Amino acid sequence: MLKPLSELKSGERGIVRELQGGRRLAARLAGLGLTPGALVGVVHNYGRGPLTVAVLHTRVALGIGQAARVLVETTEGDA
Amino acid sequence: MSVESAASVTIALAGQPNVGKSTVFNRLTGLSQHVGNWPGKTVEQKTGEMAYEGTRVRLVDLPGTYSLTANSEEERIARDFILRERPDVVIAIVNAAALERNLYLLAELLVLPSPVVIGLNMMDVAESQGVHVEPEVLEAALKVPVVPLIASRNQGLLPLVAAALRVAANPGAFAPLRPEIRPAHRPVLAAIAAQLAGKLPSLYPTDWAALKLLEGDAEIAAVVRAAAPEAWEGIQPLLMQHEDAYLDIAGGRYEWIARMVRAAVVRPRAGVVTVTDRLDRVATHPLWGLALLLGVLAGVFWLTYTAASPLVNLLGRAISGSFAGAARSALSWAPAWLAAFVADGLIGGAGMVLSFLPILVFFFALIGLLEDVGYMARMAYVMDRFMHRLGLHGKSSLPLFLGFGCNIPAVLGTRIIEDRRARLLTLLLAPLVPCTARLAVVTFLAPAFFGELATWVMVGLVALNLLVLVVVGVVLNRLAFRGAKTAFIMEMPLYHVPNLRTIGLFVWNNVWAFLKKAGSVIVVVAAIVWALSSWPGPGMEHSILAGIGRALTPIGAWIGLDDWRFIVALLTSFVAKENAIATLGVLFSAGERGVGLAKQVAAALPPSAALAFLVVQMLFVPCVATVAATKQEAGWRWALLSVLMLLAISLGVGTITYQIFSRL
Repeated sequence: MLKPLSELKSGERGIVRELQGGRRLAARLAGLGLTPGALVGVVHNYGRGPLTVAVLHTRVALGIGQAARVLVETTEGDA
Repeated sequence: MSVESAASVTIALAGQPNVGKSTVFNRLTGLSQHVGNWPGKTVEQKTGEMAYEGTRVRLVDLPGTYSLTANSEEERIARDFILRERPDVVIAIVNAAALERNLYLLAELLVLPSPVVIGLNMMDVAESQGVHVEPEVLEAALKVPVVPLIASRNQGLLPLVAAALRVAANPGAFAPLRPEIRPAHRPVLAAIAAQLAGKLPSLYPTDWAALKLLEGDAEIAAVVRAAAPEAWEGIQPLLMQHEDAYLDIAGGRYEWIARMVRAAVVRPRAGVVTVTDRLDRVATHPLWGLALLLGVLAGVFWLTYTAASPLVNLLGRAISGSFAGAARSALSWAPAWLAAFVADGLIGGAGMVLSFLPILVFFFALIGLLEDVGYMARMAYVMDRFMHRLGLHGKSSLPLFLGFGCNIPAVLGTRIIEDRRARLLTLLLAPLVPCTARLAVVTFLAPAFFGELATWVMVGLVALNLLVLVVVGVVLNRLAFRGAKTAFIMEMPLYHVPNLRTIGLFVWNNVWAFLKKAGSVIVVVAAIVWALSSWPGPGMEHSILAGIGRALTPIGAWIGLDDWRFIVALLTSFVAKENAIATLGVLFSAGERGVGLAKQVAAALPPSAALAFLVVQMLFVPCVATVAATKQEAGWRWALLSVLMLLAISLGVGTITYQIFSRL
């Protein structure tokens, strides 16, 4: 089941399946490693304000609006 | 070997942000670097010279970018430089600890015409995380020279230059393994390339242009439409059918990277909880992070003013006293007006600006430290929630914060904001942040006006400025920018040990930006204001400026300022904010001697008008150097808008203040 990255809790992981929000946003996210197929873990999600995600061994801060446009397939296990 | 006969090689330095690229550049070029702008752009360009075994090397620092699509000005600049200038070799600096992500830029560089050498930086950071990278294995896989580096400790830099020069000397031997796109899109890529063959300006390699078209690159599409309209007719339908190819191309690059690094990188099985993650539990927490931020900011201001104040007083006395006196006696042979011009106009006006240097140096040293340690990204993160209300995102808080030191670096600092709309809005808001010069004026006058209440008045004035900033931000965002939202996407760099050299260069670049403005614009305007305030004379009371001040007293009366001397003080503060004090000094010194200036000034105004004067002073039109910087960044229209907006705001808020407090 796909759900927006913004709804994952701290410590949850998933695989990026879809990027919404247009080519411009997708291109910026791709440069940071967020592209379909990428494994992504939520480091901090406080429920409001931006979240921090781990992708390709780096930490990326995403505004909640941007994170909502990244659809992930959640995977079992903890990060 | 003599320098004249030596060959010259151009090396472009590329890399994603946070890979230590600036450290590499600074180490290699030292102070022989030139900081300017890319032609016609507001993006900073750094070039430098060095010599290696008789070869002269010109190093060009490309903007740090994650990829080379045409999404941002930085990305366009980086790829245009490689396409147009064809550097002899490109050094790609990558972070060994985050190799997979960093090689994305390499995948883009390898399809451009210049040969590439990889500087595998931060080997020590990688090892500390249990990540083991073997440079030889990576080199064998990519068929691109790889040189391991620890730039922060000056290790591996000369071997890197040597490797780059070897490639530059024999470019024909450079045959890297280039990334290929996924099989599903290969036929369409070949079809586009076939249509383009021989029809584009020689600047653009055909295969590269075809790839960029498939990625949906608007800039290359425009080039093709202009240069080969009939080819475009054939290509456009193909692009429509493969509209989603860009995601596949990006995904394909990462798959290629994974294959390249598989044998070269060994990572620990379980992910290490790094120091950075542990610190960020506090630093990015909605509550603790905010508390930490406020503590850090308070610390920065306390340290800056405690350390710098004695120096500022010393410099102020030296400039207005000894230095101006020395100039006067050195010019004793000259006509009296010339001596007065140099001593009062130049040294008294523009020179006093220099006495603020210690504050700027300390402030920027502390900010540079926070930046280099990696804390500024956390500040942007914590501030993001609040900045959203203004239609901005966290990154805008960084230039605004610089504004507390001086508005000029704040205006120049808006460059870090990718989105033009957010950038312009930040540019308009920046002058509302009270700079050190305005705070100095308030610090001087408030105790005389309000005695024991002075501290609270000052806190209130700063709070009022920030409140106005928020209100103006919300209103502008709603009205002029129609509430558009900006994407907040930012890498959180690892915390690391600060490097003195990097901080030193940060201070130097910011202070130099201020000095250049002070040295040009301020001197000219100081001269004009001095002339207006001296003719026809005698004294400032009978000058053109005094006439203007008197003519404006009806407007001043709204704010309770029916004394023209305060209006003139505000007018001269346009040159530089601290001039307000100097002007009052000149205009009041005609009166009784022996009484302190602040006391004389205080006696001339009732408290309500005094408060209104300080309010207007804090919100008034940005100083001429800030206006010049705004013009440079955004053009005359925005600079003029900024001036008019602040004029209206300062008079409006000043009038309200006076009308309320005079009735209490």
